[in-house]
Amino acid sequence: MAQSTNFSKAVRYGLIAGVVALSVSAIGMVETFDVRDIITGVLTLGQLLLFSTALIGGYFSWKKGEGVTPVGALLRGLVAGLLTAVPLVFLIILTVLWPDIRDSFVNVTPALINILTFDQGTVTGSLILLVVMGVLGVIGAAFDLLSERIQKPLLYGLLWMLGIGLLSEILLLILRPYSPRALLALLFGDKGITPATAVVIFVLAVAINAWWTARGKEAAERRRIARPPSTAKQLRRLNIGLLIAFILILPFIMGTYLTEVADVVGTFVLMGLGLNIVVGFAGLLDLGYVAFFAIGAYVMGLLTTQGDLGIGGISFWAALPFSVIAATLAGIILGVPVLRMRGDYLAIVTLGFGEIIRVLVVSDLLKPYIGGAQGILQIGKPQILDFVFVQPEHFYYLILAGCLLAAFVSWRFRDARLGRRWMALREDEDVAEAMGIRLVSTKLMAFATGAAFSGLAGAIFASRLSSIFPHSFNLLISINVLSLIIVGGLGSLPGVVVGALVLVGLPELLREFAEYRLLLYGALLIVTMLLRPEGLWPSPVRRRELHESQMEHISEDETEEVHSLA
Amino acid sequence: MALLEVNNLHAYYGNIHALKGISLQVEEGEIVSLIGGNGAGKTTTLRSISGLIPPKPGAITLGGEDLSNHKAHELVSRGVAMVPEGRGVFAKLTVLENLEMGAFHRTDKDGIIADLNSVYELFPRLAERKKQLAGTMSGGEQQMLAMGRAMMSRPTLLLLDEPSMGLAPVLVEAIFDTITEINKNGTTVLLVEQNAHMALQVAHRGYVLQTGTIVLSDSAKELQRNPMVQKAYLGIE
Repeated sequence: MAQSTNFSKAVRYGLIAGVVALSVSAIGMVETFDVRDIITGVLTLGQLLLFSTALIGGYFSWKKGEGVTPVGALLRGLVAGLLTAVPLVFLIILTVLWPDIRDSFVNVTPALINILTFDQGTVTGSLILLVVMGVLGVIGAAFDLLSERIQKPLLYGLLWMLGIGLLSEILLLILRPYSPRALLALLFGDKGITPATAVVIFVLAVAINAWWTARGKEAAERRRIARPPSTAKQLRRLNIGLLIAFILILPFIMGTYLTEVADVVGTFVLMGLGLNIVVGFAGLLDLGYVAFFAIGAYVMGLLTTQGDLGIGGISFWAALPFSVIAATLAGIILGVPVLRMRGDYLAIVTLGFGEIIRVLVVSDLLKPYIGGAQGILQIGKPQILDFVFVQPEHFYYLILAGCLLAAFVSWRFRDARLGRRWMALREDEDVAEAMGIRLVSTKLMAFATGAAFSGLAGAIFASRLSSIFPHSFNLLISINVLSLIIVGGLGSLPGVVVGALVLVGLPELLREFAEYRLLLYGALLIVTMLLRPEGLWPSPVRRRELHESQMEHISEDETEEVHSLA
Repeated sequence: MALLEVNNLHAYYGNIHALKGISLQVEEGEIVSLIGGNGAGKTTTLRSISGLIPPKPGAITLGGEDLSNHKAHELVSRGVAMVPEGRGVFAKLTVLENLEMGAFHRTDKDGIIADLNSVYELFPRLAERKKQLAGTMSGGEQQMLAMGRAMMSRPTLLLLDEPSMGLAPVLVEAIFDTITEINKNGTTVLLVEQNAHMALQVAHRGYVLQTGTIVLSDSAKELQRNPMVQKAYLGIE
């Protein structure tokens, strides 16, 4: 059995996991994340990050169907786990041999070494680390020995436990005003959830998932089929109604801090909806999207500020149309010269456009008019009669209204003739033209609509913060927005919201991420492309395109009737 | 008056004089074939007619109207449908969606559904595969789809660019049978083809194009008998 003695895979994945573990340690991630407890006194986020490398390395160390015996599989896991620990042990030894290591590697702190050695000193600590990583590797390898019926509930339970632990701080923030102190003390430790809570969540999640796969799913499916279409429609309406009601009362549940976060997420959702039209619907890759956001914000700032730079000094509501129109015009002005460009060339030019706007804003040339690096202060707040929008909760509803409007417009456009034109344009420009589609107006409509939403987002952004500075409008915003619509699913409206929650909301809530946000983006984009190239919540067209072979049974209702003619 | 009239048409690619003043007519109800070797200017002629290469004023008239100022996308609503070389179907859309796209400029829902059914009659294969992604079909099926899609705009004049390219002989035969059928249903066809043998079999008249000039024009039957055509294009010594 030549195959069963072949450990090359275990060695390869073990080393990869080791390098990953070493990198996340040496850049300071493990230490930074160590302050967040997931399960009080048992597991921190830093440890989770560190140990998951060995688990995953072990999981990949062998594959079913290669003639590997169970014992062989566990052995491979052990090898992978030990190899994961080896680079870390080297790091520990290195700190002893070379006390000045921090001159070169700033983040290799004594605290990090304490985490790696479990506070047990160099020798004992290294040994413990080797053992722990080895065991984790074995567990990772053993996971694939289980049947899928056991794997899924286990994974589900683990994810719920870790997820709730990770978000315990936020849950506490929400629950505190409503719940008795004693109950909270029982559920949550100083930081994170208590071990008992963790076990309860795990068991519950496993049980629910096991029941669902065994019985519930089938029963629900049977009920769904048995339901007459009218009831199904009513039910769907009811669900949407409940969802809207939930979104409306959310600020009262969440409190000021979380509402603030929701405002940031909402601003990105609004921008995402706009960029989704340009990139997702029409297939025009725009990397300078932040320019329209900046234009919307600056027009709002200049028109409503009480400061020296103010022109007009009009109210928020009077200035809002100007912001949107200015951004729309900028969208058309950008659109005209790039009408004949495609793909990469278009991306480069739009990238340049975004930079031009940013450079103009900080330039000395325009400083007397728009404030240069000092920005614009004292921007007006929206006001309805005597009620002034000040709190994050107030802006929450304003942003929500903007998002709903943008989502409604996107949805109607997508299903109208214009949406068809965008789709044809995205698929093939030449053929689209041969079908009688005007490319000029189709492209300009995409740029203009996308820019309008971004301008609206910018205007609200400026008013919410009361002051704007050029550095808020850098390339990173464009990249953030693009990343979130890709992760959410290009061309999908719910995808934009999911993408914004994952890429903007999570890092905002888990403040430790802030420094590593871009790393997280990169990692998430790669993982998404590998595991779910269609995005987290894809549009039907993209899902179909990427999973054609599995589509036979679900595409019935999607393509049955002749849709959106006329 | 001819449906389509081309008078002294010139076209340039940079310094290359690709079309050196060609003239041809297509009468209503005809199938006209434009045959010629590689680089003779067949596709350039079609691209000029469809507006992808702007012609000189007066060079091309459709039903008596000058086409020099018209953009490619406007031709569809004027009753001209083009099936581009290499088929050009929307690979990531389904067959049905592709066909719907062909009727893009129309708003008569009943008429579109009727035409959809007649396209399915013309190409039963498309009806079987209406939910399949166009890009996953065979070359012949994609050619059928491209032709079906062109028919969805209910054209009076159908421009076909190399419909037999890259297809198996059996399929070529089937495609040309369909061209005859489309024509019998009342659509005028201008066909550009390297496969002179098939093109002259279905056509009423033909033009032979050589390095940007028309060297011969006659009825298809006469062309098939012409010794020069036999030697150069039909492979008969």
